[in-house]
Amino acid sequence: MIIAVASGKGGTGKTTVAANLAKTLTDRRVTLIDCDVEEPNCHLFINPAPVQTEPHTVYVPSVDKTACTACGACSTLCQFKAIITIKDSTLVFPELCHSCRGCEIVCPENAISEGSRETGQIHRGESDHITLVWGSLRIGEAMAVPLISSVLERGTAFGRERTVIIDAPPGTSCPVIEAVKGADFTVLVTEPTPFGLHDLKLAAGMTRKLSLPMGVVINRSTSGDRGVHDFCRDEAIPVLLEIPDDRRIAEAYSNGILMVDALPEYREQFRSLLETITRKAAGR
Amino acid sequence: MKEIVIISGKGGTGKTTLTAALASLWKNNITADCDVDAADMHLLLNPTVLETHDFFSGVVPEIDAELCTACGLCVESCAFGAISPDIVINRIDCEGCTVCHHVCPVDAVALRERHCGFWYRSDTRFGPLVHAELGIAEENSGKLVTLIKKEAKALAQSVNAETVLVDGSPGIGCPVISSLSGADLVVVVTEPTVSGVHDMDRVLQLAAHFRVPAGVAINKADLNEEASRRIEEKTAAAGAVPLGRIPYDQVFTRAMVDRKTIIEFDRGEAAAAVAGISEAIRSLVRTTED
Ligand code: SF4
Ligand code: SF4
Repeated sequence: MIIAVASGKGGTGKTTVAANLAKTLTDRRVTLIDCDVEEPNCHLFINPAPVQTEPHTVYVPSVDKTACTACGACSTLCQFKAIITIKDSTLVFPELCHSCRGCEIVCPENAISEGSRETGQIHRGESDHITLVWGSLRIGEAMAVPLISSVLERGTAFGRERTVIIDAPPGTSCPVIEAVKGADFTVLVTEPTPFGLHDLKLAAGMTRKLSLPMGVVINRSTSGDRGVHDFCRDEAIPVLLEIPDDRRIAEAYSNGILMVDALPEYREQFRSLLETITRKAAGR
Repeated sequence: MKEIVIISGKGGTGKTTLTAALASLWKNNITADCDVDAADMHLLLNPTVLETHDFFSGVVPEIDAELCTACGLCVESCAFGAISPDIVINRIDCEGCTVCHHVCPVDAVALRERHCGFWYRSDTRFGPLVHAELGIAEENSGKLVTLIKKEAKALAQSVNAETVLVDGSPGIGCPVISSLSGADLVVVVTEPTVSGVHDMDRVLQLAAHFRVPAGVAINKADLNEEASRRIEEKTAAAGAVPLGRIPYDQVFTRAMVDRKTIIEFDRGEAAAAVAGISEAIRSLVRTTED
């Protein structure tokens, strides 16, 4: 089973929910995949050791200068201005390349072949029953999606018997879609404020568009207003768990300590959250 | 005219809350909501929309079923797996690279402009707001950020505004990089948690990478004194300027629920702390080059 934890708004507690769920599943091996490659945080709470790291590369064209006749077919095709023919030579701007291989396909002289460039790193480490897989985007790198795809591929490679929990990046655009689209169930984490509600609506819209079953976790549920609760009721989206606004949770979090470790009274709640998700995911 | 970008690395640290407060404190500025993925500024500023514009970016292919012979060449050639074996294009996976259009032997693939969302020019009680709405599951947030910034800048020039306040996106990727380009100052809002510290580190490296001077404000500072101190050390080590501390206070949530900025809602310590940070940013702006 693959559970994706997402949220339209950042900072609502996605990592908290994903990491606590993983920690709760002590009866089997679980893979936790941190897809927020721009700002990965799960490892700060899971503390895996030792960590294996490998570079992540993407395709970029490599132009054979002796074969290139500067016909310009590649630059006409490229939609991203990543390959440009000026006068008698062809230049590649690797940071703009989307790796579509179109330039290589259209080149009549076969002057273009496969090259590569590093966009970040993929890390993997174990801690108790948890295998954590995460990526870190190189500073200054704009293209997050290919790294997310590779992190997901790596994390889901252990076979379907393992439970996989995905911590998605915030938002509703390309990086998030990439992270949640293969999931069996999506947990949307929000908070009961106008910002939380607005972004929950976007996240729920995205999840609907992908036809994924979903449920909501309301974090800091004792603060704010009732807008999120009303929305969930009207849209018939189940509220799976409410986490109160408890300063002790915030303090434990600030020190990198998971709720289920710092405050054992929450263990039971995460266990039943997991049961609810399992039931709902199977019922589709 | 100076452009100030407010970002955070980690989401939910109070970026929009601070930007809205600055908008309410400063005179003669334009606000730009560049968190196009989760644009929330309008919830606090309650804008009257003056102009709505379509945002088109890139192309989306369309297959003419009449002409298509189902040869499968496009399916094989699409590097993104966006065309199913029965030749249906999945718009979510499509990057708009046009390879399918080029390889099709019977010219069955047409290209259409891709409508990705809307952008708006609005008026608010604190002056003009340029904002946008990216369609759900759409791409090109970086291009939309660039467009909003361009429009906000043009507007600022035409009305002789002193500053453009840009509310940026979380993370360090495409939309954030777009928001940093051409900025005079970046304000990082962080919180004293392990993730706040970690994410601020990466965001400061990004600012340094693009050579934009940076200042750091700590929200919920009293949540963890030790982590707050660590943030201040890291701020200094990165050559950034500390802008001050904001206390952990429920009043921020209450102000948001009331759809007001903290300056309008509160007369206590929280508002005073934010006003102090506003002053610190103002003096820092003065030191940036013209
Ligand atoms: S692979 Fe695609 S995006 Fe990259 S340079 Fe070639 S045509 Fe452009
Ligand atoms: S435009 Fe490119 S990504 Fe989109 S369907 Fe065609 S080949 Fe695939």
